[in-house]
Amino acid sequence: MKSQVLMKYCAVLLAGLILGSCAHVRAYQKSRINDSEMILANRKVEKNEINAQTYREGSSGANGGKTGGGCGCN
Amino acid sequence: MYLVLLHAFSQVSTKDTSTYKPKKLKLDEINLVSSYYNQTADKSAVMGGIPGPKGIGDVTDLANGVELTFVSWDGKHRKNSFTGSFGIDYHTAASQAFVDSNGHARNNGTRIYPTLDWTIENEKKGTEFGIGLYYSAEHNYYHSKGLNASFAKKTNNNGEFSLKVTGYFDQIKMIKPAEFERVDSVKNVAPTDSVVYITTASGRTEALIYNAGGLINNGRSNTLIPSKSRNTYTTSLSFSQVINQRMQGSIDMDLVYQNGYLGLPFHRVFFNNGKDTIENLPAQRFKVPIGLRLNYFLGDHFILRAYYRFYIDNWGLTSHTAELEVPVKITPFFSLSPFYRYYVQTAVNYFAGYEAHSSTDSYYTSNNALAAFKSSSFGLGLRLAPPKGVLIKNLSAVEIRYGHYTQTTDLVSDIISMNLKFK
Repeated sequence: MKSQVLMKYCAVLLAGLILGSCAHVRAYQKSRINDSEMILANRKVEKNEINAQTYREGSSGANGGKTGGGCGCN
Repeated sequence: MYLVLLHAFSQVSTKDTSTYKPKKLKLDEINLVSSYYNQTADKSAVMGGIPGPKGIGDVTDLANGVELTFVSWDGKHRKNSFTGSFGIDYHTAASQAFVDSNGHARNNGTRIYPTLDWTIENEKKGTEFGIGLYYSAEHNYYHSKGLNASFAKKTNNNGEFSLKVTGYFDQIKMIKPAEFERVDSVKNVAPTDSVVYITTASGRTEALIYNAGGLINNGRSNTLIPSKSRNTYTTSLSFSQVINQRMQGSIDMDLVYQNGYLGLPFHRVFFNNGKDTIENLPAQRFKVPIGLRLNYFLGDHFILRAYYRFYIDNWGLTSHTAELEVPVKITPFFSLSPFYRYYVQTAVNYFAGYEAHSSTDSYYTSNNALAAFKSSSFGLGLRLAPPKGVLIKNLSAVEIRYGHYTQTTDLVSDIISMNLKFK
């Protein structure tokens, strides 16, 4: 349990450090950022896989999928 | 000579043609997504978590969906996107047969789910508004209507905030296991009608109406089956940021509130005294999942896609999800993406296994989805997106993805999915 709390706080701290150290990136420098597989979301092909997880697991959300309701799931 | 010089220096006024003209609605993209899902499991919720043949939770599901996106530009140079989708799933579920206690109930069903979305984007201001509608009819017991509204705003330094509010308003038909339906004696002489719902050996749910001791209607429609509502309200907050030329990340958080009937009427619970009942869960639930994404373009051929989610709710469940996917660009137009996902959750406060609950418990469930367990899944994705299309010009991308999933509850599943993208 303590390791889970520690993992949670480390993840949030890491996110803050990374997002706070941003470089200014111009449009012509975004060739890699704009790659279709760099998108910050699930792929469309994952949609039904995520739906299945919603039915089989007790948690959901924060991934662009359902958070509950709209289906006979949790 | 004089006339030539005059002509050379003559100026003809031309009309200014740089005025922007709106662009009509046109079909921009079509996505077809299909999946086949196969699951083997034990201790199904329909049979109260009982192990063995009666607790089999084997499932197959064939899901198909089509999504069309239309785009137009209005007089103010704003991009309007209209997206309509339609999905249809067909499933078989071994546990569904045991809604009838002898295992003769219908074990298959169909779900349809259309959606409509409209977004309007102002590139100059960096803002985007959107609204959406959703409907789902699942088999014969679940109907849902949903709507959402969203707003997004880009920052000056390659960041973006977004806010989305969503509501789902569900109706669950109270189809109970057959042994829990009230059976009136045929000798009932009450003047009012009494209604009995049964799940027959043919798998049909029927409403039998008795009056003055006699059966007056064995109507085969299920319109008399009562429903209970379940409402879900979600506020989704998101922030994404380009960190450098190779890395970008995002934070997503949902605040979810549910009220109403939050169980399912055909999930049994067996008490430690041998008696069985239907699961009973609280009428409110508050959930908070927080997700972090970080994508990094490593070298020229590798991308690291990392995802972590922490989840907590007021039913006592907490979970951690960690996933890593590594697309390998074999060529600029062909990539393979192995992935691994790890998941761990604690049980909700109201869970206990087969014959582990006490009849004095206020709330109780034996649904393994709410138990404590760990799961892992791994698989491989393939993406093909050549500039001249795959086989035909308009088929701009093909993605195929396979995943294998295991839970410590003895649930094992496989899923294979395909996405065809037409531009």
